[in-house]
Amino acid sequence: MGVTIKNKTIKGFIYIFLILLAILCVVPFFLMIINSTRSGNEIMTGFSFFPGGSLAENWKVVSENLDIFRGMLNSLFIAVCSTILCSYFSALTAYGLAFYKFRGAKLIFGVMLVFMMVPAQLSLLGFYDLCNNLKITNTYIPLIVPSIATPAVVFFLRQYVLSVLPKAVLEAPRIDGASEIKIFHKIVLPIMAPGIATMAIGTFIGSWNSYLIPLVLLSKQELLTLPVMIGSLQSVTDIASNAGATYLAVAISVIPILIVFAFCSKYIISSISAGSVKE
Amino acid sequence: MEKKKGRTLARNNSKARERWGFYFCLPFVITFLIFSVYPVLRTLYMSFTDYKGYGQENFVWFDNYTRAFKDPLFWDAFVNTLKMWGLNIVLQLGLALLLTIIFSDIKYRMRGLSLFRALFYLPNLIACTSVAFLFKTLLDWKFGSFNQILMQLGIISEPVNWLGYANTAQIVVAVIGAWMWFGNSFIMLMAGVQGINREYYEAAAIDGAGRWKTFFSITMPLLKPIMIYVAITSLIGGLQLFDIPYLMSGGKGDPSRSLFTAVFYLFNMGFKNRQMGYAAALAFVLFVIIAICSAVVFKLTNRKEKK
Repeated sequence: MGVTIKNKTIKGFIYIFLILLAILCVVPFFLMIINSTRSGNEIMTGFSFFPGGSLAENWKVVSENLDIFRGMLNSLFIAVCSTILCSYFSALTAYGLAFYKFRGAKLIFGVMLVFMMVPAQLSLLGFYDLCNNLKITNTYIPLIVPSIATPAVVFFLRQYVLSVLPKAVLEAPRIDGASEIKIFHKIVLPIMAPGIATMAIGTFIGSWNSYLIPLVLLSKQELLTLPVMIGSLQSVTDIASNAGATYLAVAISVIPILIVFAFCSKYIISSISAGSVKE
Repeated sequence: MEKKKGRTLARNNSKARERWGFYFCLPFVITFLIFSVYPVLRTLYMSFTDYKGYGQENFVWFDNYTRAFKDPLFWDAFVNTLKMWGLNIVLQLGLALLLTIIFSDIKYRMRGLSLFRALFYLPNLIACTSVAFLFKTLLDWKFGSFNQILMQLGIISEPVNWLGYANTAQIVVAVIGAWMWFGNSFIMLMAGVQGINREYYEAAAIDGAGRWKTFFSITMPLLKPIMIYVAITSLIGGLQLFDIPYLMSGGKGDPSRSLFTAVFYLFNMGFKNRQMGYAAALAFVLFVIIAICSAVVFKLTNRKEKK
């Protein structure tokens, strides 16, 4: 009896700890949303749990100085294209590596593994120089096309296709004379779909949030992605001098992800879990 | 004769078929060579020249590297990076491990794993730029909500300039890093725990092993590969720390250069000072350090297992 009471108290404390930690994760976003509805002066004088009435005013400041929806569309376009390319070509490569024996397969796989360990900053300068020489800075090509070759995704999907696709499945259509690429499209791709979806979520979020590469490559105002736009907030004096407008601009950049997360959190989390178990 | 002919035909057929694997890999290979392999080799070559990002480049052998080893600003930036990463990883992995212990405990059977997991992961989804700006505004010396709340609660009597001192600014960056990443580590560790065969726990329970004994003799050893993975990926990511310090200090690295990280310094060198060759050498110095650190972490964690 005594033991269960003691256990219950401990359990209660653990829940309190967990709830406090959860609050800590959410509170900055809560403050952000509250403050984005208050005027700069209100924010300076003190903190409040209740929204103020300056949302429209703040929005006026933000919209006059920053084409934030343009940035959002740009980011969305890049993220969607990258995700589609990455998903399709990674699946194709993974299937090619897993189910065919050809010369060079081991080499491709080995080089891929080595490059998974290479930190991104190692290629940053060379990548910038390459884009400069190809005259593709201030285009979306260097932000989208390289996603065709994403070693980590290929690595995961290779393991995945080996575990979900029995070799025997391929025999019947081969006897029927179906071409290899048709077999991939009609049979392999649908079977791989859950694994691809898991990786696609991660690719999308990574691309949506990416900062350093677009910062280096894009300078034309109308091409800027959302993170780069938010990163330049400080130089927009009208917004930087008004805390309410700053909060609102950041809030607008965060809210789409919060909405997506509310609906897909389960898939997003399974995508990370998959990333760890692959090891 | 007939039979033999048929066999070679079949073999040719199968060879032709296997070649499809190569065709399937071709788009990947071409893109990979252009956008991944070439840039790394180009950076390596650049590091032996005095390239400025345009115009002529002259081969200078190891000049950039000797300069890197003697550059106190780079090593200060590196030490800053290590400090911030060190505090960050202790908080991040510690918290993640604590949460894993809590949620994997058979006796307590805590509820709400998926809800808590989602909430803990939330900060990781937000773009670094938004996180940096949010905290910069919240931590503002005079008008930030954070100081206002602390003052209302009576914890501090006058506003603290969190981003005004070297030490507090570094702590702030480390804590933000931990805040962003502990949920991610927790999910990974938890996925590892869920992959552990239930039978081990049942056997331990039958043998009368207590909670801590079960944790240290079963959960921990089986989680080790994932912990090493988390630690190494965090090391690789952490030594490349850039976005948050860059944005929090408005691209300046202040107070008193404490927010300068290695990659931040490299970035300024290459893209602001236009010393591409030198920046490329810094990138490779950093890469070698990261590789050595990863190897050491890997070795150390593996050796314990043998004992």
